[in-house]
Amino acid sequence: MKILTMPSFGADMAVGTIVKWNVKPGDPVSRGDIIASIETMKGLIDMEVFDDGIIVTLLAAEGEELEIGRPIAELQLKNEEDSNNSSVQIVESGDAHSVDVGSNTAVNQEGASNSSDSQNDVTKESRVLTDVEVKSGDSINTRRPKISPAARNKAEQLGIDWRQLSQGTGPDGALLLDDINIADTQSAEPALDSVKGPKDMMRDAIAANVSRSKRDIPHYYLQLDMVLDNTLNWLSLHNADLPPSNRILSNAVIYSAIARTLSEFPAFNGFYRDGHYQPSDSVHLGNAISLRQGGLMVAAIHNAQNLGLLELMEKIKDQVNRARKGGLRMSEMQDATVTVSNLGDRGTDSIQSIIYPPQVAIIGIGRQRIVPWVIDNVVSSATIISMSLAADHRVSDGHSGARLLNKINKLLQTPEKLV
Amino acid sequence: MKNLHSLKDLVCKLILDIAPEADMQSLDPNEELREELDLDSMDFMNLLDSIAKETGVNVPESDYAKVNSLQSLTEYIATRR
Repeated sequence: MKILTMPSFGADMAVGTIVKWNVKPGDPVSRGDIIASIETMKGLIDMEVFDDGIIVTLLAAEGEELEIGRPIAELQLKNEEDSNNSSVQIVESGDAHSVDVGSNTAVNQEGASNSSDSQNDVTKESRVLTDVEVKSGDSINTRRPKISPAARNKAEQLGIDWRQLSQGTGPDGALLLDDINIADTQSAEPALDSVKGPKDMMRDAIAANVSRSKRDIPHYYLQLDMVLDNTLNWLSLHNADLPPSNRILSNAVIYSAIARTLSEFPAFNGFYRDGHYQPSDSVHLGNAISLRQGGLMVAAIHNAQNLGLLELMEKIKDQVNRARKGGLRMSEMQDATVTVSNLGDRGTDSIQSIIYPPQVAIIGIGRQRIVPWVIDNVVSSATIISMSLAADHRVSDGHSGARLLNKINKLLQTPEKLV
Repeated sequence: MKNLHSLKDLVCKLILDIAPEADMQSLDPNEELREELDLDSMDFMNLLDSIAKETGVNVPESDYAKVNSLQSLTEYIATRR
């Protein structure tokens, strides 16, 4: 049995409301199915399941607002024997926060006070199997990591619920003493206060996240001006006879150049967790989309390095439209391996961004502007953008960051290669 | 003239589909549309897309400078329908 919880769709999300269930108890579901629509500060998001199974109970009613990490449904995993292990990986005992739930649902009340990132870790990333589940012969995902006895003692002394922690730094992701000490300092972060209104909570969550980023990540910053004339000329030829729906915007070319270059620079594309950097094989390009109602949403364009320009343009268009009208999928909200922050045509010349933990790099794009530019000792006019890179100095150095930006610039001079 | 009015209403409706919070009442029809309503390049492309579908008029990129206000956009469509 697996407990599905209110997912986090971003560092600035504290609560969500289930607007509509698409499933009822007894319904079979497959990985990728959309089981619910969830209203957040940022609009309507479609929640997917990541396993095959059967919905056993719904633990939250439509219209109910819940903090992230709260249980919302029970899923019996496919091939799971329904007898003994039903309550195995459910954490701790406590009062069940439930609507129509049976007595075997034990719920950890502490869960919601963890940061959104560790919630992501717990629910999605660090699926460390405990001995119990391994013996059950199934790839059951569990929330409980391994832990050394010393670390366990320490956690109990400090009152830290280690079952809620992400993977540790020991063998097989086991939690060690150091991990508990780190968790202890992290838990000193301001907890979300349920008395505050949702706007305050969103602000608090943003504050906690960016503070954590600036405290934990030694950022370094680079910036390069890139001439866009080749890209723009190529685009105007390409778009000349096309209806608006088939046109490609310059952003798509820029994103494509970034994604393809990042696939060759693994030190800028991945997650830094618990003192350890794990590069990602794919570039899930986080596109920071500004919302009309205010705020930002970061949605991942999956495997962006493999997409042709037209495909990428379609993805961006579809994603921006869904971000603004509702209907982004949970997976898009959670697994960006790097982020691009683009202030658009009417922004400023450049932006220096704050890395989104556990990512290790963020690329900022200023507005396109026409400037005097020297080519072959002659001053002429050129349309340029200033592209910035903020990166984690624990993982990469300025030298490789500069190579990254120069490589992107080079690709932008030959946009036809990106098709 | 009546046609131009109903065409402008149509354009306003299409703008509101994209930017629901836009205050069309207080928009100066001769001001720069994208600036006034904070439409980014994606919004503007979507607007031209829906205009093409509704009116059959396709605004090429090379004519973007001719359609930068509500007034000029409406007139542009009117002369090409």
